Amino acid sequence: MACIEARGLRKTFGTTVALNGIDLSVQEGRILGLIGPNGAGKTTALDAILGLIPYEGELKVLGRDPWTQRDELMRQVSFIADVAVLPRWARVSQLLEYVAGVHPRFDRAKAEGFLARTTIKGASKVRELSKGMVAQLHLALVMAIDAQLLVLDEPTLGLDILYRKQFYDSLLNDYFDHSRTIIVTTHQVEEVQNVLTDLMFINCGRIVLSCTMEAFESRYAEVMVHPENLAVAQALKPMQERQVFGCSILLFDNVDRQQLAALGDVRTPSIADLFVAVMNKQGTALGGASK
Amino acid sequence: MNAESDILSGLPNESKSTARKPSSLTRPLYWSVRRELWENRSIYIAPLVVSGLVMFGYAISAIGLPHRRRALLLLDPAQQRAIVEQPYDAAALMLMLTAFLVAIFYCLDALHGERRDRSILFWKSLPVSDLTSVLAKLSVPMLILPLITFVFIEVTQVIILLISTLTLLPFGLGATTWERLPFFQLSVILLYGIITSVLWAAPVYSWLLLVSGWARRATFLWAVLPWLAICIVEKVAFNTAHFAHLLGRRIFGSYEDAFVVVKQPHGTHFPVIDQLTQLAPLKFLTSPGLWIGLVVATAFVAAAVRLRRYRGPL
Repeated sequence: MACIEARGLRKTFGTTVALNGIDLSVQEGRILGLIGPNGAGKTTALDAILGLIPYEGELKVLGRDPWTQRDELMRQVSFIADVAVLPRWARVSQLLEYVAGVHPRFDRAKAEGFLARTTIKGASKVRELSKGMVAQLHLALVMAIDAQLLVLDEPTLGLDILYRKQFYDSLLNDYFDHSRTIIVTTHQVEEVQNVLTDLMFINCGRIVLSCTMEAFESRYAEVMVHPENLAVAQALKPMQERQVFGCSILLFDNVDRQQLAALGDVRTPSIADLFVAVMNKQGTALGGASK
Repeated sequence: MNAESDILSGLPNESKSTARKPSSLTRPLYWSVRRELWENRSIYIAPLVVSGLVMFGYAISAIGLPHRRRALLLLDPAQQRAIVEQPYDAAALMLMLTAFLVAIFYCLDALHGERRDRSILFWKSLPVSDLTSVLAKLSVPMLILPLITFVFIEVTQVIILLISTLTLLPFGLGATTWERLPFFQLSVILLYGIITSVLWAAPVYSWLLLVSGWARRATFLWAVLPWLAICIVEKVAFNTAHFAHLLGRRIFGSYEDAFVVVKQPHGTHFPVIDQLTQLAPLKFLTSPGLWIGLVVATAFVAAAVRLRRYRGPL
């Protein structure tokens, strides 16, 4: 079943086009990484999916219109829209009590179990917790909700590497199963490379690349080309060429692996490198990003 | 914390009966109201402090009470009653004024604070509709604060009564307060007065809520200046003050429609309301001012709900 279906999704703020007609289909049980530069339209797309803003075009989330049927949708969907949005005056115990009170699918014992693994105390106020602890608390609350779709918008922004690693580990080990769908946006692309099942690049309100991680691995190849083969390699039209320690690293799209193996060491590129390559191409074609 | 749970047990939100029905509509409302009380502790702390101060002040004034009471007994009965009632009226007025101030500042922050600290993104991630959230916030000035005010006034008055009785008892004057103070009547008048004044001021509170959901900053100025501007224009253009009078009546004038007010011969500015016969519920319920106010209030609340739907964090 498609968890999210969008056709011609468009959103403008005044004269700026934030989403310029996006077509999107996310199947159940996937973990989609939405990657894009600042102001590319990621947050706008997520806001539309979460029913936080009105939009033009067709959009169905779990079979519902998120703008007109938001109240029903929010029982099946949970999200972390930003780091540090938990109310600073609240005590941890009050948050647990409140979410248990209003959310029919919240399992309080489960949340308490997650929190027991951290140093967060029930009597603490949110303002007394560190930024990393607030993120842990929010994740504990969200993971204890039996939701079909979880949306994470920059959930690890400003956290140190230990918290970031822990965050994605818990998400994969304690939360994800194949009946749930997760959408995540982040600038720390390397850290989610092994987490994602699907990848989507967005720039200037348009989707510029969309593929599964399997397709990504078979389609893109990075070759550390031996200097004597450089001319031959460049003739195969690499997407990008860069110099690292005097070696040329070329990124290829859809070129036969055996052919590439003759030119040098072949490996799967990082999402970050592909992102830079795609954005550079986009940048020259479209010129600058707009919000 | 105790005061809070006491207050909550008095809420007519059917919390207990619906606790096991997850899809119930009242459950999110009940928890949203509790949430407001967790966040805004001034709702019960301010009346608590004022009530403590009133008792403290009265305890000091009680030192000279036996002497004053003997002098009082020489006056005519109507004056005796008026003077005996004075501290009880003062306590009620102080607490009602406190509740009014708390309500104003609560409303101005209610929909602004959550956008300012971005916590609206957390509240909106839970299955609580904008209507429920706004109604929970509206219930604070319209239901919770009046209820708390009534309870605090009653408790304060009972304690004042006890202080007065204990002070006067050794002088053989212990019964003089009880004979002159129609305590039950005053309580009924107070309860009626609170209910009618809250209904009367409904558009004021809902206007403040609307502004707090709309303004990006300086909610107080946005709430007050437009009305002030109309008053100024009217004054300069026509040298009249009808609009100012209208506003004043909307904020403080509910008693004119809710009670039968008799002009006092003593020349005091405050109308004296201490007889059950002054209660005029029929006059109040048929007053167009009440219904116009409620219609306007409903429109303001609907606008506030809609705004919360569209507005994100600041």
